[in-house]
Amino acid sequence: MTLAQIMQIILELFFYCFSFLSLYVQIYFLVVFLEKHKEIKIHRSPIKLFENEEDYQGVTITVPAYNEGLNVKKTVESLLKLNYPKNKLFLILVDDGSKDNTWEVMQEYKDHPQIKIFKKENGGKYTAQNLGLENTQTPFLGCLDSDSEVDPESLNRIMNYFADPAVMAVAPTIVSRNEENIVQRAQKTDYELQIYVKKMLAFVNAIHVTPGPFSIFRKSVFEKIGPYRHAHQTEDQEIAMRMQQNHMRIEHAPDAYVYTNTPKTVKALYKQRTRWIYGFIRNALDYKHLVFKKKYGNIGFITLPSGFISVMSVLFLFLFTGYNLYNYVKQKTLIISAVGLNMSTTSFKIDPFFINTSAILFISIIVYSSVFFSLFMGHKILHGKAKFNLNIIWFFIVYSIVAPFWLLKAVINAIRNYESSWTKEIDSR
Amino acid sequence: MISNLKNKLMQKKDILRYIVVFFITLTLFLTAIWLSSFINNYKLNDIKDIQNKISLDISSSETQFQLLSSMSCKDVSASTLSDELNNLAEKITYSEQNIKNQDQVTDLKKYYSLLEIKDYLLMQKIQQKCNMPVIPIFYFYTTRDNCSNCVKQSAVLSQLRAKYPELRVYSFDYNLDLSALDTLKKIFKVDDKKLPAIYMDDKLYTGFQSEEDILKILPELAKYEKARLDAEAKAASSTNKSSTSTDR
Repeated sequence: MTLAQIMQIILELFFYCFSFLSLYVQIYFLVVFLEKHKEIKIHRSPIKLFENEEDYQGVTITVPAYNEGLNVKKTVESLLKLNYPKNKLFLILVDDGSKDNTWEVMQEYKDHPQIKIFKKENGGKYTAQNLGLENTQTPFLGCLDSDSEVDPESLNRIMNYFADPAVMAVAPTIVSRNEENIVQRAQKTDYELQIYVKKMLAFVNAIHVTPGPFSIFRKSVFEKIGPYRHAHQTEDQEIAMRMQQNHMRIEHAPDAYVYTNTPKTVKALYKQRTRWIYGFIRNALDYKHLVFKKKYGNIGFITLPSGFISVMSVLFLFLFTGYNLYNYVKQKTLIISAVGLNMSTTSFKIDPFFINTSAILFISIIVYSSVFFSLFMGHKILHGKAKFNLNIIWFFIVYSIVAPFWLLKAVINAIRNYESSWTKEIDSR
Repeated sequence: MISNLKNKLMQKKDILRYIVVFFITLTLFLTAIWLSSFINNYKLNDIKDIQNKISLDISSSETQFQLLSSMSCKDVSASTLSDELNNLAEKITYSEQNIKNQDQVTDLKKYYSLLEIKDYLLMQKIQQKCNMPVIPIFYFYTTRDNCSNCVKQSAVLSQLRAKYPELRVYSFDYNLDLSALDTLKKIFKVDDKKLPAIYMDDKLYTGFQSEEDILKILPELAKYEKARLDAEAKAASSTNKSSTSTDR
C-alpha cells in the first residue's frame, strides 16, 4: 500500500467517525423535536400576563455601553417601548469608561423616573453588568447590549416562562436585524438555525449560553452562585454553565425577539466568531467536570460534547475536502498537461454506471438533509412557515469557506492560552 | 421527595432517548453503507456481464476461425469488439478508483487482461489473413508509487484511441498477479522501474510518450486516417447522389 492510500483510508475512517457523531447530534434534536414540538409556544400577538398591573414582577435591565454613543439611545428607547408596566420596569445605564460621547447621550435620561445612570472606569462588560446587579432592587433582572434592540412584546413573553418556579433564567431569540450584504444574509440563516437548536436544548434542560442581549434571570440566581466572572470575554456562557452546574433551569422563549446588528464584513464576523468559539472552548474546559456526569444531566452529555464535535467536524471536513480537491486538481492538471483542454474527442456518454454511489456520498446526503431540516424548522419557528430562501445558500457558502478559519484560530488560541495559563499556575505555586 | 423522584424519572427518559437516537443513527448509517455496497455490487456484476459477453464473442470467433480456416473476411469487424473492450476498460478504471471491494475489482481486472491478450491473438490471425488496418500497442502502467506519468500516458492513449479506431490499446496493470501477463512482460522485457512503458512497432518505449511521439513512431495511423476519411467522403457523396436520385 502506498502512503497516499494509507492517508485516504485514515481520512475516510475519520470521516465515518465525525459524520456519525454529527448525525447523532442532529438526530437527537430531531427526536426531541418529535417528542416536544407541541410544547413550542409561539405568540404572534401581544399577551397579557395579569389583569392587575400590581401582579407584574419588577424587572431591571442593565445596559452596559462602551463607546456606543451612536447606538445607546436606540437601545434605551426600545426598552422604554416595552409593553410592560412602567412602575415595574427599571433601567440601569452603565458607561464603562467610554472615550466617545456615550456619557453625554446618557445624560438625557438622568431625570427619567425609570432610569439610573452610572459611569465607571473601563473594566469590561461583565464589570458593568455586575454594577447593574449591585443596584438592582427587583426580583428579576437582565441586560441588553447597546448594539441591540428589543421587540416591545418580548419581556411579557419571557416573563410568561417564570410562571414555573423552577425556571431560573430565560434566553430570548436573537434575530439578525440587517441584511445588507451576503455576509449578513448568511448570518440571518445562522441565527434561525440557532433558534431551533436552542429550543431543543431548552427542552432537555441543556442550554449553555444565556446571551448578553436580554436574557432575564431571577435575582436569586446571583445571590446563590455569585455575580458575573471574568470568563474569556464570553461571560454569558460562563454564567449559564455555572447555573447548569448548580442544577438551575434555563428556558428559551422562541417568540421573544431581540434584534441585533450583525457584522457587515467577513473580517468582523471572523473576529466575533473567533471570540465566541474561543470562549466556548475555554469555558467548556473550565466546566469539563460536567461532561458525562449523570448528576449534571444533558449539558454534559449533549451540549458540551456536541460543541466539540461540531468544531472538530468542521475542521476535519475542511481538511478532507481540501485534500480531495487537491488530488482532483492535481490529476486534472496532469491530464490537461498531457492532452490539452481538447475534450471534443471524448464523447459524453450518459451511463448510470458512472454515477457516484459511494457510502461517503450517501452519508453526506443524510447529514446535510438533517441540517436542512433544522434550518427549515428554525425558519418556521420564527416566521410561522417553512420556506426556502436564498439566504440558506449564502449561509452554506460563507460559513463553509470562512468558518474553518475562525474555528482553527479559536482552537489555536485556546490551546496556546490554556497552556500559558497552566504554566502560570505552576509558576505561582 | 417528589422532585427527587421526578428528577430520577427524567434521567431514565433521557438515557432512553440517547439509546434510541444511537440506534436510529446507526440504522441510517448502515443503510447508507448497505445501499452503496448493494449498488456497487450491481455495478461489478454489470462488468462481469460485459466480460462474459466479450469472452463468448472471442471464443465464438476463434471457433469460427478454426472451423473454417478460411473465414470470410467480410464477417470480421474489428471495431465492435474493441468498442466493448474500451467500455469495459473505462468501467474497470472507474471501479478501481471508486469501489472499495478491491478483491473483486482485482479479479475483474485479471479477467480483463486475459481477454485483452486473447483479443490480441485473435486479431493477429485475422490481420494476417484479411489484411485489416489494425495497429496493436501494449501499454504497461502501475497504480502504485504515485505514477504521475502513467496518469498522463493513459489520458494520451484514450485520446488517441478515440481519434484512431485502428489503434488497439491493450493496457495492463504491471503489478497484476497473472501468469499470462508475466509471460507477456518477459517477452517484451518490461521493467517495473521504467513505467509507463509502451510496446509498439516491435519496440519497447519507456517513460511518457506524447501524442506527437506516438504518431511519429506509428506513421501508419495517419495513413489509415486519411484512407478512412476518403472512404467516408466517398460514401457520403454516393449517399447524397442516391438520395438526390430518389428525390427525383
